[in-house]
Amino acid sequence: MAGSNKINPSTTLRAGITPPRWLLAELTYACPLQCPYCSNPIDYTKHQAELDTEGWKRVLTEARKMGAVQLGFSGGEPLTRKDLPELVKHARNLGYYSNLITSGYGLTEEKIVELKEAGLDHIQVSIQASSQELNDHIAGTASFEHKKEVAHLVKKHGYPMVLCVVIHRENIHQMPQILEMAEELGADYLELANTQYYGWAHANRDLLLPTKEQFVQAEQVAQAFKEKVAGKMKIYYVVPDFHEDRPKACMNGWGTTFLTIAPDGVALPCHSARDLPGLDCPNVQDYSIEQIWNDSKAFNFFRGYEWMKEPCRSCDEKEKDFGGCRCQAYLLTGDMYSADPVCSKSPDHAVIELAVASARISALSDNEKPLIFRNSKNSQRLSKE
Amino acid sequence: MAINPDQLIKFSPMHRLQWEEVQQKDVILYPEGMVELNQSSAEILKLCDGTRNLAQIVADLEQKFSTSGLQHDINAFLEVALKNGWIQQN
Repeated sequence: MAGSNKINPSTTLRAGITPPRWLLAELTYACPLQCPYCSNPIDYTKHQAELDTEGWKRVLTEARKMGAVQLGFSGGEPLTRKDLPELVKHARNLGYYSNLITSGYGLTEEKIVELKEAGLDHIQVSIQASSQELNDHIAGTASFEHKKEVAHLVKKHGYPMVLCVVIHRENIHQMPQILEMAEELGADYLELANTQYYGWAHANRDLLLPTKEQFVQAEQVAQAFKEKVAGKMKIYYVVPDFHEDRPKACMNGWGTTFLTIAPDGVALPCHSARDLPGLDCPNVQDYSIEQIWNDSKAFNFFRGYEWMKEPCRSCDEKEKDFGGCRCQAYLLTGDMYSADPVCSKSPDHAVIELAVASARISALSDNEKPLIFRNSKNSQRLSKE
Repeated sequence: MAINPDQLIKFSPMHRLQWEEVQQKDVILYPEGMVELNQSSAEILKLCDGTRNLAQIVADLEQKFSTSGLQHDINAFLEVALKNGWIQQN
């Protein structure tokens, strides 16, 4: 084992750059669901091209050589790719720890067994709510009963079962029932992902952002549950940053840990980075992963601290949160170099307070506008505006 | 959680222990996470293969490193490993 295979890893990494650890392979933007908080770009219909099987295999091989070990097969719905078992097998041979991030839609017992034999390590099933009515409304597809069946089958075939529920104002009141459901389904891990407001979620923010009181109450319920199931179920709680006063340490620092490859082969330091101006995100069809990670403009853009403005530049917390999220800074202030406005030290912090207030007014209003569901028609309409 | 000295100890099938060439260390992989191990922790976990109990793991490691008195430290580490679900008994 140790030292038996003498490849000097430093020959493939430039000085001062840490190797990628996590690879998110967004295999496709195709998805049978229409969740209104989808993390895919609003204009996903403009990026329909997909890497072929050999293209993905090369990405996996090169990223593994650079040090990536955690691998997420994501989308869209990755199960729509017919070559998924082949890619899973390739990943296993390379030594990845691989995860299928799925809606469960179209996942049969036969497929679950086939993927297990191919070497898939775990399956993360998303459920939209704890009741059929709300789940099917949010997903835009009748899918609740099948998702529960899939969760049972995942467990039955010996995978660690990871349940993911995205939390927002439409389902936050169901927190006790969501936790009960996770326990009933025998989840080994439960991801309670408070919605992050980019893309589709940004467009629907007035309808999705819960009030502070709702967050506080839901968090207390989740915390008590966490203590109750300690040792049996592990809970990952993705923080609601709009109600925090310090930003998240987005992506663990730009270009330090995470590598996302979009369906068309564009390499992204985070999955929203395509929206930032002037980054010229490189495509894996034109460059190797090594060139992209070490030398591309996009991956070096916000590495380190030199790019920062005040108040980040002289802030004693900059090594903790890296100034927060660049995409959020750009989306909410129009300046991708500014502090993430979630930070109470940001001169733009008022935009967060306004967003929270606006969502609260919407929640109290009798005639809320309808949710914009993530589908091709809405993508084409919104990308034209 | 305490280690039962009579029972065999095995590594959890819900986790994976493997050598990472780029990092030059052993790691434990699990959903959404990775723990980097130092050499002694990795040596202990590699012996948790379901064929040894606590005393046998201690004896094997003391022999391998030509030392004695490891019982206390190994037991303490295995308790942490058990609490984190990296190993199982029975």
